[in-house]
Amino acid sequence: MDALDLARWQFGVTTVYHFLFVPVTIGMSLLVAILNTAWVRTGNPAYLRATKFFGTLFLINFAMGVVTGLVQEFQFGMNWSSYSRFVGDIFGAPLALEALLAFFLESTFLGLWIFGWGRLPKRVHLACIWIVAIGTMLSAYFILAANSFMQWPVGFKINGRAELVDFGAVLTNKVLLATFPHTIFGCWLAGGVILMAVSSWHLARGRDLDVFRPSLRLGVIAVLVGALGVTVSGDLLGKTMTQTQPMKMAAAEALYETRQPAPFSLFTIGTLDGTEPIFQLEIPGLLSQLATGSFDGKVQGINDLQAEYQKRFGPGDYRPYIPIAYWGFRLMIGFGMLAALVALVLLWMTRGRQVRGKSLLWKAAVWSVVLPFLAHSFGWIFTEMARQPWIVFSQMKTVDGVSPTVGAGTALTSLIVFTVLYGVLALVEVGLMIKYARVAPPPADQAEPRDGGEMSFAY
Amino acid sequence: MELTDIWFVAITVLWVGYFVLEGFDFGVGMLLPVMARNETERRVMINTIGPVWDGNEVWLITAGGATFAAFPEWYASLFSGFYLPLLLILLALIVRGVAFEYRAKRDSMTWRRRWDACIVAGSFAPALLWGIAFANIVRGVKLDARHEYVGTFWDLLNPYALLGGLTTLALCATHGAVFLALKTTGEISGRAAVLALRTGVAAAVLAVAFLTWTQIQGGTLGTVILSAVAVLSFAAALGAIAKGRQGWAFLLSAVAIGVTVISLFAVLYPNVLPSTVNPAYSLTVENAAATPKTLGIMTWVAVIFLPLVLLYQSWTYWVFRRRIGVGDIPAHH
Ligand code: HDD
Ligand code: HEM
Ligand code: HEM
Repeated sequence: MDALDLARWQFGVTTVYHFLFVPVTIGMSLLVAILNTAWVRTGNPAYLRATKFFGTLFLINFAMGVVTGLVQEFQFGMNWSSYSRFVGDIFGAPLALEALLAFFLESTFLGLWIFGWGRLPKRVHLACIWIVAIGTMLSAYFILAANSFMQWPVGFKINGRAELVDFGAVLTNKVLLATFPHTIFGCWLAGGVILMAVSSWHLARGRDLDVFRPSLRLGVIAVLVGALGVTVSGDLLGKTMTQTQPMKMAAAEALYETRQPAPFSLFTIGTLDGTEPIFQLEIPGLLSQLATGSFDGKVQGINDLQAEYQKRFGPGDYRPYIPIAYWGFRLMIGFGMLAALVALVLLWMTRGRQVRGKSLLWKAAVWSVVLPFLAHSFGWIFTEMARQPWIVFSQMKTVDGVSPTVGAGTALTSLIVFTVLYGVLALVEVGLMIKYARVAPPPADQAEPRDGGEMSFAY
Repeated sequence: MELTDIWFVAITVLWVGYFVLEGFDFGVGMLLPVMARNETERRVMINTIGPVWDGNEVWLITAGGATFAAFPEWYASLFSGFYLPLLLILLALIVRGVAFEYRAKRDSMTWRRRWDACIVAGSFAPALLWGIAFANIVRGVKLDARHEYVGTFWDLLNPYALLGGLTTLALCATHGAVFLALKTTGEISGRAAVLALRTGVAAAVLAVAFLTWTQIQGGTLGTVILSAVAVLSFAAALGAIAKGRQGWAFLLSAVAIGVTVISLFAVLYPNVLPSTVNPAYSLTVENAAATPKTLGIMTWVAVIFLPLVLLYQSWTYWVFRRRIGVGDIPAHH
């Protein structure tokens, strides 16, 4: 492997890893804020216990989001210096804004929330966790603005490098306007699944029903709202993608020849290299609907696009690796929808102030915890890899973005170091999450914050 | 003042914020094995920085992001050039950040010992490496005509840079000890004050040597005065701690660190990364900068939000102004 491949692997590994924690942070900060609000408004100690219980899980996760994010901030300069020189004038600003507007907010007010129990007035303390929740969404907005520029560059001119012309256009990129709600809804789904799965574990054992039944219902609602939102925004995103990167849509469907109307392929058994599929289950017209909004719209195929791009951008291969695009797209949707299905079953099992159901169902509910992570990872892998060979669509190829003076040895060292460290940390994190997911929530008398500020979450 | 100059100042401010704030929490981390006699005391120490360390670290993230936005060439050359030191810093900050959150999460001595080792190493390494990195920035590195770093990792470990690293290390240790003296009660506070004096003398000697060397390399009257101010306020900080004036001591050591950073940036200006191959290849505030358009937008954002950040971060320090003692630490979960 050369330095380029190593840099790509490192980016893929570290970014997918960062994004295992981010959805939980974004989703759970909101849900913990809601639980905390429920306690402040009703005074019901069950909500306080739920807040503390899920707050602990949230913090275990948050720490990993922070430290893995740090790597993200610096590796553009480390591994992708040519890219950074080329886009810095535009790409740097959202990153700086993210830090200045969002990260300061989150980190400072989270510190206040963790250590401020009993020291700050209840409502001020509550406001802190809401500020954290809003901060996480702000940070998603800015980083997605940066990413959307790579998908669909707008508001710039080329003058040796990409230079900013219209910052408003960058912040209202049509890809961003679809990708932001899509990601946020996906994050609510992820946070909801955590509440749902953990509560199921306790409910299946008949423990602390007063804490876990409402938590489960809250989780279920978040999953269902998230799933609905992801579907609506995903539909919008698909249409935007067809306009901005038709090759990505064609790759997602392994659609080699232009078709009108185009069917949506549910799955394929056999090769995806353009020779005949062995078996493919299709829904007629659905791709046309997804891509263009009409059941008999025309969807361009890979071969036509390849020919068109060669004319536009010069000789070269403009096709991404098709199987990743095809399966990534399906698995994202599939795993996410499966989580929604579990949520519906759980809603049924906890109807009418009761908790019932077969132990197998509870088990499935607990294991559904992996679903959002799979859905998110496949979604991003699809988005990023199906953009290839571009690092900034139509403007810069990934080969041209890599740091010219960072050798393969250096890149390999850092890839190995990050992979090993991240692997170890994953074991530690998952171990802690499981441990703290299984303990009983703190009893009401201990959960109640005392005057003088006993440090309930203290390190 | 040109926009590029304003952003050079803004980047300086961000690094000042970073070293002044994270400086003391590095110090607290490093002193963990030296200062604390038992588990409860270790927890007292860690909880003094508990509510603020992550916010302090965001100064670094913002400095990184702002450099990317305002001086893309600088960001690209610096981070790809200083690859391995930066990798070490990142590793250190990763294990350290996780350690704060996780060390008390299992009731096992081995578990806690391991995380404590992460906190110590994770505070020690960046305090040293940032000094090495900044000394190299001031001194200049092998940049070619494309502004790419063509030296090796070992070139970065020159005597001047190592002296710089030791200086920041000793300054952080002292700053941390002063902070502990201010933020704890009873015995710990007393011990911290004694320790601050000891590391402080070493830090003062190193700082005088490093700053003098820096001035010989490229000082002006202004930077000489700045260095002198830094050294004097540091000496005054030590005097204050000896007298038991811990608030003053902390303020003065913060000023000393801040002014040291300012003096380094002042020596650097108008370069941002000088080339030792050919001065014509140096990166300057002019040729490393983003367009006036981007700088203009960023200026507005910074003017509005940086004061706001300062305001609510100060409020945090106010909320947690109370000293912590052994009695404040709850039993383990
Ligand atoms: C819980 C997670 C989840 C679920 C259930 C879905 N998605 Fe998604 N999707 C993501 C999480 C996600 C993501 C990880 O957040 C991505 C990656 C980049 C982005 O903006 O969102 C994404 C990307 C992404 C893209 C690529 C955008 C681009 O590259 O320009 C499309 C077209 C869709 N999604 C469409 C859908 C549709 C039609 C869905 C279901 C009906 C769907 N997604 C469910
Ligand atoms: C929103 C912020 C993001 C930005 C600015 C961004 C930017 C980049 C850059 C610069 C590359 C390197 C070029 C390349 O190798 O193709 C890349 C590749 C990649 N990214 Fe992203 N990315 C973002 C989010 C994500 C997320 C959240 C994930 C996954 C969860 C992800 C997954 C990947 C993968 C797998 C690659 C490797 C693709 C390949 O090289 O074939 N990205 N991205
Ligand atoms: C590749 C691009 C990315 C970069 C450069 C990046 C940078 C960072 C950094 C530096 C942190 C630590 C902040 C701290 O210390 O408090 C962080 C955490 C976080 N990031 Fe990322 N990130 C990237 C991708 C993403 C994406 C795609 C999202 C969301 C859609 C996201 C959302 C978050 C959130 C919510 C946190 C946790 C909150 C926090 O730590 O303050 N990041 N990221």
